[in-house]
Amino acid sequence: MTAMDTPVFTSSPKRVRTPLNEFWRKFRKQRMAMVASVFIVLLILAAVLAPWIVPYDAEYSFDYDALNTPPSAAHWFGVDALGRDIYSRILMGARISLTAGLLSVLLGAVVGTVFGLLAGYYEGWWDRITMRLSDVLFAFPGMLLAIGIVAIMGSSIVNVVVAVAIFSIPTFARLVRATTLGLKHRTYVEAVSSIGASDFTIIWRHILPGTISPIVVYATMRIGTSILTAASLSFLGMGAQPPMPEWGAMLNEARADMVTAPHIALFPALAIFLTVLAFNLLGDGLRDALDPKVDQLR
Amino acid sequence: MPSYLLKRLLGMLPTLMIVVLVVFLFVHMMPGDPARLAAGPDANLETVELVRKQLGLDRPLPEQFLTYVLNLAQGNMGVSLRTKLPVTTEISTRFMPTMLLTLTSMAWSVVLGMLVGIMSAVFRNRWPDRAGMTAAVSGISFPNFALGMLLMQIFSVNLGWLPTVGADSWRHYILPSITLGTAVAAVMARFTRSSFIDVIHEDYVRTARAKGASEPSVVGHHALRNALIPVVTMMGLQFGFLLGGSIVVETVFNWPGLGRLLVDAVNMRDYPVIQGLVLLFSLEFILINLIVDVLYGLINPTIRYK
Repeated sequence: MTAMDTPVFTSSPKRVRTPLNEFWRKFRKQRMAMVASVFIVLLILAAVLAPWIVPYDAEYSFDYDALNTPPSAAHWFGVDALGRDIYSRILMGARISLTAGLLSVLLGAVVGTVFGLLAGYYEGWWDRITMRLSDVLFAFPGMLLAIGIVAIMGSSIVNVVVAVAIFSIPTFARLVRATTLGLKHRTYVEAVSSIGASDFTIIWRHILPGTISPIVVYATMRIGTSILTAASLSFLGMGAQPPMPEWGAMLNEARADMVTAPHIALFPALAIFLTVLAFNLLGDGLRDALDPKVDQLR
Repeated sequence: MPSYLLKRLLGMLPTLMIVVLVVFLFVHMMPGDPARLAAGPDANLETVELVRKQLGLDRPLPEQFLTYVLNLAQGNMGVSLRTKLPVTTEISTRFMPTMLLTLTSMAWSVVLGMLVGIMSAVFRNRWPDRAGMTAAVSGISFPNFALGMLLMQIFSVNLGWLPTVGADSWRHYILPSITLGTAVAAVMARFTRSSFIDVIHEDYVRTARAKGASEPSVVGHHALRNALIPVVTMMGLQFGFLLGGSIVVETVFNWPGLGRLLVDAVNMRDYPVIQGLVLLFSLEFILINLIVDVLYGLINPTIRYK
C-alpha cells in the first residue's frame, strides 16, 4: 500500500538515505515492535514517576481492614496479605525490575564488548585467554552461576545485578569478537590503517560502529532474560528481600494465599510477563530491521 | 570419528580443571572464615581451630587443592554441614528425580518446538506461523515459577486432576515437566524456524525442487538435515537452561531433587553441598555439550575433518 503511494523514482531528492532513517523505515513496519516500544516507554515513565504517582506507600502503608481483598476502586489491583496496596507495589517494583534488567545488561555489554573487540582485533594470546575464560563461564549454566555468586556475596538485589552481568559478559564478548574478526579485513579498515591511524582510532571509530547493531539486538533480547533471572532469584529468596516490592519476591510471598487470594499472584506475574514480552518483541523488531539478511528473505 | 571424539575429550580437560579450581576456591571466596562457617556461629574459638585442622584448612592453598582433587577422585565431596551426611549421599538420593524431570521436559519440548518451528517456516507469514510464533514469544516471556503456580492452581487445586507436590508417580511429572519445558519448546520453535528459513533459500533446496522432488521430501529430506545443525547446538545450550530452570520449578512443586537441595543449601550456607552441586551441574553441562559436539559431527561430516 505504502509502496504504491511513493514510487521509488519520484522520491524527493532532499531525502537522503542515512542508515538511521533506513532503519526507521524498516522498524516502523514492525507493528508489534512499535507497540512494545510504546509500552516500554510508558513503563519507564511510570517507573521514574512512581514515587510521586503511587496512591499508597508500597512498603509501609497497611490497610488492615482490607487484607487480601480483590481489586476495587480504592485499590486497583487489590490488597495483599499484609494490607499493602498491590498497584503501588507493582509500580515501585517496576523501578527495581527495570533497573536490574537494564543495569546488568549494560554492565555485561560494556565489559563483554571491550573484551570482544580486543580479542578479535589483536587475536594471539589475549584472544586465547579471553575465549578460554568465556568457555569456563559457559561451563556453568547461567542460573547456577548467578546462584553461586549470590551464595558467595549474600542475598541482595545488587548482587543479583552483578551476577546477571557476569554471565552476560561471555556472550557479548563472543558476539563482538566474531563481528570484529569479520570487519578487520574489510578494505575500509585496511585503508584506515594504511594511512597510519592508531589501533585505538581503528577500533573505536571504525570497528566498534560496525558491531553496534548486533550488540543492540542481543542486548534488547537479553534485558528480558535478565529481568526474568532477577525475578527468579528473588522468587527463590536470593535476590530482593521483603518488604521490597520486587515482582519475583511478591510472587513468592503470594504463594501462601494462592487459594484464597489468587489476585495477589496475578498482578506481579502479569507485570513480569508483559515487561519481558515487550523487550522480546522489541528485540525481534530490531533484529528484523537491522539484519540485512532478514530483509532479503522477506 | 574416534580421533574426533578423542580430540574433543582432550579439549575439554583444561575447562574441566579450571571448573574444579573455581569450585574449590568457592569456599575461600566467601566472606568470613570457612572454618567458622563449618563450625557454626555458636562454636567457641577452640572448636573453630579444631574444625580448621580437621578440614585441613590450616594447610597451604595448593596442598588443600591437591587434597580436594584426590578426594574428588575417590568420590568424596565432604560432609553436609546441615545433615552431617556425606554430600555424595545427599546428592545421589536426589539425583534421579531431577534427571527424570529434566529428560521428560527436554523430550517433549524439543519435539514440539521443532514441529512448531518447521510448520512456521513452511507456512511463513501465514496463520500457522503467526500463531506458532505468538505462542513462542509468549513462552519465552512467561516466568516459569508463575506458570508453575498457575498450572498448580488450575489443575491441582481447582480441578483436582493432578497431584500438587512430590514425585511419587508419573502423574506427578506432568505439571513440573510442562512448566520446565515450555520455555525450551518456545526457544526451539523460534530457532528451528529461523534456521529452516535460512536453509530453504539455499541453492540445493531449489535444485531439489527443480528436479521435481515432492514438498514433503524437500522439507523432510533436503532441508531438515541441514537445518538441524544449529538446532542441535541450541539443544545443548537449552540443557543448561533446564538445569537452571529445574532449580526454580523444583521449589514451586516441592520436588525432591537437586535444584531444591541447592536452594536449601544456599539459604543455610551449607557450602560443601553447594560446592558439590555446582560441580555436578557443571560437569553435566560440559558432558552434554560434548555429546552435542559429537552429534554435530555425525550430522555434519565437514566438521569432523576440520
